Formats: sequence, C-alpha cells, structure tokens
Amino acid sequence: MNCWDTITAYGLRSIGIGEQLLPRSDFTLCQQFTLIGSGMLWNIYFGFFALVLGFFLATAVAMGKASKSFWVRKPSEWFIFVFRGSPLFIQFFFAYFLFLSLKAQVPFFTPLTSAAYGALFVLFLNTSAYTGEIFYGALQSIPKGDTEAADAYGLSGFARFRKIIWPTMLRLAWPAYTNEAIFLFHATTLAFFGGFPILKQRGDALYYANYFADKTFNPFVPYPILAGYFILLTMVVIGVFGLVNTRLNRHLPQERRKKLRIRPQIIR
Amino acid sequence: MSMYWSVSTVLLLLGITAPVALIFGFGGAAAARSPIAPLRWIGKTYIAVVRGIPDIAFFLFFVIALDQAFEYLRHRVKCPDWDEPIRQGSDFVVCAAAKLPLSNAPQWVHETYGFLLAVLTFAIVFGAFAANVMYGAMQAVPKGQLETAAAYGMSHRQTFWRILVPQMWVFALPGLSNLWMVLIKATPLLFLLGVEDIVYWARELGSFKSPRFTDYPHPEWRMWYFLALLVFYLCFTKVSEVVLDKIMTRLTHGQATAAGEAQRKARA
Repeated sequence: MNCWDTITAYGLRSIGIGEQLLPRSDFTLCQQFTLIGSGMLWNIYFGFFALVLGFFLATAVAMGKASKSFWVRKPSEWFIFVFRGSPLFIQFFFAYFLFLSLKAQVPFFTPLTSAAYGALFVLFLNTSAYTGEIFYGALQSIPKGDTEAADAYGLSGFARFRKIIWPTMLRLAWPAYTNEAIFLFHATTLAFFGGFPILKQRGDALYYANYFADKTFNPFVPYPILAGYFILLTMVVIGVFGLVNTRLNRHLPQERRKKLRIRPQIIR
Repeated sequence: MSMYWSVSTVLLLLGITAPVALIFGFGGAAAARSPIAPLRWIGKTYIAVVRGIPDIAFFLFFVIALDQAFEYLRHRVKCPDWDEPIRQGSDFVVCAAAKLPLSNAPQWVHETYGFLLAVLTFAIVFGAFAANVMYGAMQAVPKGQLETAAAYGMSHRQTFWRILVPQMWVFALPGLSNLWMVLIKATPLLFLLGVEDIVYWARELGSFKSPRFTDYPHPEWRMWYFLALLVFYLCFTKVSEVVLDKIMTRLTHGQATAAGEAQRKARA
C-alpha cells in the first residue's frame, strides 16, 4: 500500500469514512501522519464551533457581570466562577454522567451523550466563561471619554452599545482573546479522554497518537507529529485573529496599533 | 478508604510538584538569560517548545519517554554485553536487570514509580511555564538596579544573585499564583497517567453496583461523585485565591509599584 492509498483509506477515518480496520502492525510514517491528521478534524470541529458560539454567550455574560442589576450580575458571576474555577477534565466527566442520567428521564438529551454534541456543549460553556471574563475585563477598561462622547452625541441604549462599547471592548480584549482561542484548541484534546466515549475508534488527533504510541512503544514518532499539527493549527489561528486585529485597529495611527503578542497559554 | 487516600495523592502531587517546578523554572529562566550562547538556546527552546503544544500530549509523551530513557540508561550500565537491538519492531526490549521497577518488585513499588514519573512529568511541563514567568520577572526588574550593581563593580554572578533574584519575586508572584491555579486544575490529569487518583475512584465507586457482588448495592452514582469533585476543586481554587491575595498584599507593601502606591494612599 503506497502513501496515496493510505491517505484515501484513512484520511477521513475519524468521521467514519473509509477503511474501518485500523492498521495493526508494521506502522508506516505515512499511516501515522494520515490518521493523526484525520483526527485533527475533530479538534478543528470542536474548537471552531465552540469559539463561534461561545463568542456570543461570552458577550452576554460579560455584559451581565458588568450589569447593575443584582439578579443579572450574580448568575453571570457564578457561571464564570464555576467554569473557571474547576478543571475542564472534571467538567467533561460530570457533564457526561449528567447527560446520561438525564437521558434516562428525557430522551431529548440523547444526542448530548455523544462526544460530538456533548463535549462541544461543555467546551462551548467553558470557553464562554473564560472569554466572558476577558471581555468583562475589557469592558471595565473602556476609556471614560469614549462613553462620555457617546452620551454627548445622544447615543443611547443599543446604538451606544453597538457603535461604541462593543467595538472598543473587542479591540481591548483581542490579544487576550487570541490566547484564549489557541488555548481552547489545545483543550479540545481532552474531549475524548474525559468520559465521552469513542465509538468505533473514531477519535481525535491525540487519540490516534496515543494509539500509535501504545502499539509501537515508541512515543518519539506520533507525539512530534501531533505537535507539528498543533503548531500549524496555532499559526492559522494566530493568522486569522491577526487579520481581525488589524481590522479592529484600522482607525488608529500605524505606530500606535498594538501588535498581537502571542502567549500560548496553559491548561485549563 | 482508598478514595480518601487518593485526595492525599493529589495534595502530595501538588506539594512535590510546586517546588520542583519552581526549581526547573528558575533553572530555565536563568539559562535563558545566560551569557553563554548554547545554554541560552537550551533555556529558550525549553520554554518555547513546551508552551506551543497541548499539555496533555506532553503528559502522555513524557511518561513513556522518561520510562524508556531510564530503562535505556540502566540497560547500558547493567548489561554492557547485550548485543540485540533495543527497538525490535514494535517492542522495546531491555535486559531483565534493567527493568524499572524490577518485575519481581512488590505492587507498591510499581505504584510509587508511576507516581514519581507523573511528578517528574508535571514538574517538567510546569517548570517551562514557571521559567517563562520568571524570565519575564527578571526582565521587569528595573535596569537601573543592574547598572548600579555593575557600577559598584559586581561581577555578573554577583549581580544575578544579590540584586536580580531578591527583587524579581514581586514581579513573578502574579504569574506564579496564576500558575498555581492552573496546576491545581491540572491534577485530575493524573488519572490519564495511570495513577489511582480521585477521578479513578470516583469512576470506580460511583458506577452501578449490583447486589450480587457487593454488600452495598446502589444505582449509577458517578454523576454525584463528579459533582462532589467539582465542588472540591471549586473550594480549593477559591481558598488558594484568597490566600494568594493575602500574600500579594503583604509582598507589595512598601514596594515602588502601582499597587504599593495604592496601598499607601489607601492608608493615608
């Protein structure tokens, strides 16, 4: 089997298309590259959708935490505290068993017991909490002059939020938000290790890397491959977020624009 | 009973890892700003590599890699006249005397060895994060301090130990306390490294018990066990947050930083 055959056979293995049997012996480099890359599809899927959906909830949570009303502020604060204060790993486990027992009573929860929806749901809430905190910090540091100018122009309510507060908040939060995005993609590797079952060996990149390391007793090949894929993914994320950052700061004089400082962050 | 012991496993891990990681971090940071080029490269690569890749991949990688490295070294020392290759296809073969731990060792030795490997892995990964924080802190010490030291005729080494190191802690503390929170939240990953920690016991004890096999039959309880773990971690992070705030307040007292100035004003 040459390399092209391997790619056609295993390229979409992680979503169940192509050859079902995983290779069992005589692992080639090509197989490892293909399968781990195929697993990356899951990581990208989790990361992308959690990020896009989480963005909206995060804005809401940040506004909630900054709100004057007690009944809006407290739930937002607790939401952020619970998801930032506990390990994501435990959240995955808890959510999985929670959905399992809910499923027994209400069949509506059935899809959430699968990794594709359940883990995405947990990641979505988790990233909303982390991003919400970042956005809240940015909201607090919006220059007073900006909001005063908005008042002077007679802007109020939603227009004031849409035209003044929201763009400034995003601009201030963007570097931290980029780190959060990178960090979220790294966190997606936990999804299949934390409770959610792997059906028919359709796992993510780390699952396949782990599979090869277990079978060959040689961690020095699959893990560096995985690392290479993640570095690529990180660079793509940085590139996309960098473009948005340039757009957000387009009204500023060139030298005052803050360059994105990338600090890939740690575990959650 | 073992369930309660496993809590102490987690605390022990935190207790050992934190200082060891601090030492690793200090070494890494010192190496990264060393005047000797190769040492500097090692320090910088150490920091950069560990931060760019998902931590959990590192955890899975290092446990096997360290194990094999130790066995390989012992193999070279203990069995010099062994002529077969060590990697035979998919197997990693060392002579019986070089096995770690020895195959006739009692169970607790195996468990302790696994635990030590886990601690070392955590220390290496968190050492890199700590190195990054301390490197930043060393850069943050005002240049004038170092120049004054040079003007007094201190050597590079003297400046480092007498001027730089005592002053960097105030700058390092916010980053380090953040790291401590992250370390707490990383402890459930011990489960993935094969140590019987609280996650393991929550899964074991909580799962469905039928009256045929135990004296204490109960239905599916894992959800509640994980809820308890979640609350445990929330309390733990909350307590650490309060304690670290106290330490920070004490450390900034009398420092020429913005926070120290604010303290002075609040009192006056």
